Amino acid sequence: MTDGRIVIVGASLAGARAAGVLRREGFAGSLTVIGDERQEPYDRPPLSKQVLTGQVAPGHTMLPHLREVDAEWLWGTPAAGLDMAGKQVRLADGREIGFDRVLLATGTRARPWPDEAEAALEGVHTLRTTADAERLRAALAARPGRVLVLGAGFTGSEIASVCRELDLPVTVVERGPAPLVNALGGVIGDVAAALQREHGVDLRCGTTVTALEGDGQGRLRGARLSDGSTVEADVAVVALGSIRNVEWLRDSGLAAGVWGVACDAGCRAVDTNGLVTDDVFVAGDIARFPHPLYDYQFMTLEHWGNAVAQAEIAAHNMVSDQAHRWPHLSVPVFWSTQFGVNIKSVGVPTFADEVVITQGSVAERRFAAVYGYRGRITAAVTFDQGLWLEFYQRLIESAAPFPPEFRHVDQDGDGGPVPARVPERLVATAGATVVVTGHDPAERRASLLHAPQS
Amino acid sequence: MTTTSSSAFERILDPSGRADPYPLFGELRRTPVARQPDGTYVVSTYREIVALLHDPRVSSDRRNLGGPDTDPGASGKEDGAISFIGLDPPAHDRLRRLAMRHFGPPHSPGVVDGLRPAMLAITTELIDGIAGKRRADLVDEVAYPLPVAVICRLLGVPQEDEPQFHAWADQIVETLGPGEEDRAERERERLAVARDLERYLGGLAEERRRQPGDDMLSGFVTYRGPEGGMSPEEVVSTAVLLLIAGHETTINLIANGMLTFLRDPGLLDRLRADPGLIVPAVEELLRYEPPVQLVSSRIALDDIVIAGTTIPAGSPIVLALAAGSRDPGHVADPDRFDPCRARNEHLGFGGGVHYCFGAPLARLEAQIVLAELVRRLRGPRLVADPPPYRPSAVLRGPRHLLVDYEGVAPA
Repeated sequence: MTDGRIVIVGASLAGARAAGVLRREGFAGSLTVIGDERQEPYDRPPLSKQVLTGQVAPGHTMLPHLREVDAEWLWGTPAAGLDMAGKQVRLADGREIGFDRVLLATGTRARPWPDEAEAALEGVHTLRTTADAERLRAALAARPGRVLVLGAGFTGSEIASVCRELDLPVTVVERGPAPLVNALGGVIGDVAAALQREHGVDLRCGTTVTALEGDGQGRLRGARLSDGSTVEADVAVVALGSIRNVEWLRDSGLAAGVWGVACDAGCRAVDTNGLVTDDVFVAGDIARFPHPLYDYQFMTLEHWGNAVAQAEIAAHNMVSDQAHRWPHLSVPVFWSTQFGVNIKSVGVPTFADEVVITQGSVAERRFAAVYGYRGRITAAVTFDQGLWLEFYQRLIESAAPFPPEFRHVDQDGDGGPVPARVPERLVATAGATVVVTGHDPAERRASLLHAPQS
Repeated sequence: MTTTSSSAFERILDPSGRADPYPLFGELRRTPVARQPDGTYVVSTYREIVALLHDPRVSSDRRNLGGPDTDPGASGKEDGAISFIGLDPPAHDRLRRLAMRHFGPPHSPGVVDGLRPAMLAITTELIDGIAGKRRADLVDEVAYPLPVAVICRLLGVPQEDEPQFHAWADQIVETLGPGEEDRAERERERLAVARDLERYLGGLAEERRRQPGDDMLSGFVTYRGPEGGMSPEEVVSTAVLLLIAGHETTINLIANGMLTFLRDPGLLDRLRADPGLIVPAVEELLRYEPPVQLVSSRIALDDIVIAGTTIPAGSPIVLALAAGSRDPGHVADPDRFDPCRARNEHLGFGGGVHYCFGAPLARLEAQIVLAELVRRLRGPRLVADPPPYRPSAVLRGPRHLLVDYEGVAPA
């Protein structure tokens, strides 16, 4: 397919990258990119790092080469609905944009603090956009007496790291047993916890914030915690994960829900019946796809690298016929910088039953950890040892046996494999119920019954 | 391959073919992992080289070679007497961190860029020095003095000692390289020269300990952090490494660069018309005529299966970087010099934890001096093509580069 109409919903990393790939692949038809933010595509990883410390200005993380693509860019126009039969995207302002093929790449937003009144207190932040980063940077530059971070995932941990770099007192409250557990499991989570405490973070694990408290004049004063204690803080950052921007697809007939939008390995969206669609594609944070390396389990990956790789596959497949489509088989990779340590990951660390330190020393915070599942290597995580990651990626791709048993450099090791302590994985249909109706095969249909929204 | 004819790799090592080893590298790539008669495995394709550069089963520490052939002098060495290029993590990482602290980010982000004015001033002086004549040896008169002056300034070596320095470095470089048969003899030669160099640097370090300056040597001897600092032996071995690696390679980059430019008048015209082109042109030089052609010091710690071949544990490994950077399976039209390649991924600086320590310095020096030579030399022509080469197959470059020219533009 080299002409016709393609619409991309979502103008951040995945959407913008896909637009460029479509043109590179020779698509000469009309191309429309719809974005809800009022600005050009930009890079988000620096927003929780160099932008907060002030080393990089919030407006200086643009992705200019992504914008140079020949397309009609509609900024600040959220999509409100998808009509698959009529092949139209409905915008919030009422316009309807017709398509022959559409790519859904609406990404995620920060999960807000559930109590709206508390969330509205001055000093309560979330972090997802450049505007968020600029507000938080200014709040930190005003040197608050203490910063409270809710959640010790990657975003929360990086914010805590920035606070310590700025020499600001910070308290981190985490529901789980340690930071980063949802992504890296309990073994490396314990290392992350020690790292935070060494750098002066007041880390409270197994604890949640029960209430944010104001000073009576609309400003944050502190928080009450589940263990009965209180924390005084002028700034709180709610880093409790993200919400996928899929509400606009609710009545589209796609298998879309809080878990994302289901698709096949070629990024073609799956409808509520489990049928693969021909003209609707998905990429980036919202795409829930089966990964052959991980028992074909459906997974969403909210990583920079996944957005890019998946956008390229989706764009290629949108303009290719059945015989020339590619599967999205890249091994997931992500990184984080916190407390002076560069953390990198390859594979899916939560897809593991055991973990072993292969290179370096946990005590020195420089090591490579390898994850295994039922006797094969499924992931590796490095702390300041990222240059070895390519090697472990090849082991993952070749289903190499776990634990690895070869001689290599820096082989002191901290003992043999130990249980990985990874959390339960998200159930694919969380938040909705699937029911099947009809008797005749031509009439059998599945549909999603959503729980009432709270 | 028969035992009577020499292998492609043996012919690459033969100095008589130094002027154009690339057809031989092409021949070498037909066997991506090629076992040599002495048991060395030569790897020549891009993907396989990158894999081994990131493979923790590959050691850079020759003490792991084991076996009866190992030179007892080398195997008895303590860590401190070996520079980090010959060590594995964690000893390598620790020493490299301690050295980097005084050279680059995050602790010394401005060091290389701060040398820019000095590099330009030295370059200007050197080119002014050949303005009065119509023929010059660009190796002896430009390509050699600049990097030596820069590395000596960085380390804190007095200017008057620079020529002595270069002589020592030269002698050491000629003893480096692959091949296990004459290694013990070459190692003895190397140690003899290195002793003089080490004695000199040890004395200089002692002076800096008493009276520190703002040079790297002073940083090496005075810094003490949470993980300690460099021992006196480590200061000397690190300084020796940086001196040798820091100038032999850059001399060749500059000389190879002028040679490449002078062979293509159209390219010279483009560089004159667009001075910014020198930045990607240096990058392409690192791919097309890399100063470091071979990494010849790696050892397999375990059996490694790669490209269908098993490299047995204990085998020496040579990574033919120059062959990998011209691998047609990795780069289109690899034997063409094209400064405008979109994604120029080359092996010019190696890769993995031993990635060239001085890469930012080498890049900047080459950009400055090559840009100035292109701008100022009027009507330059090669006197001899090919020029005479140094014998080393590892650090490859012309011994002399005689050029005739019609004049020299003012600075």
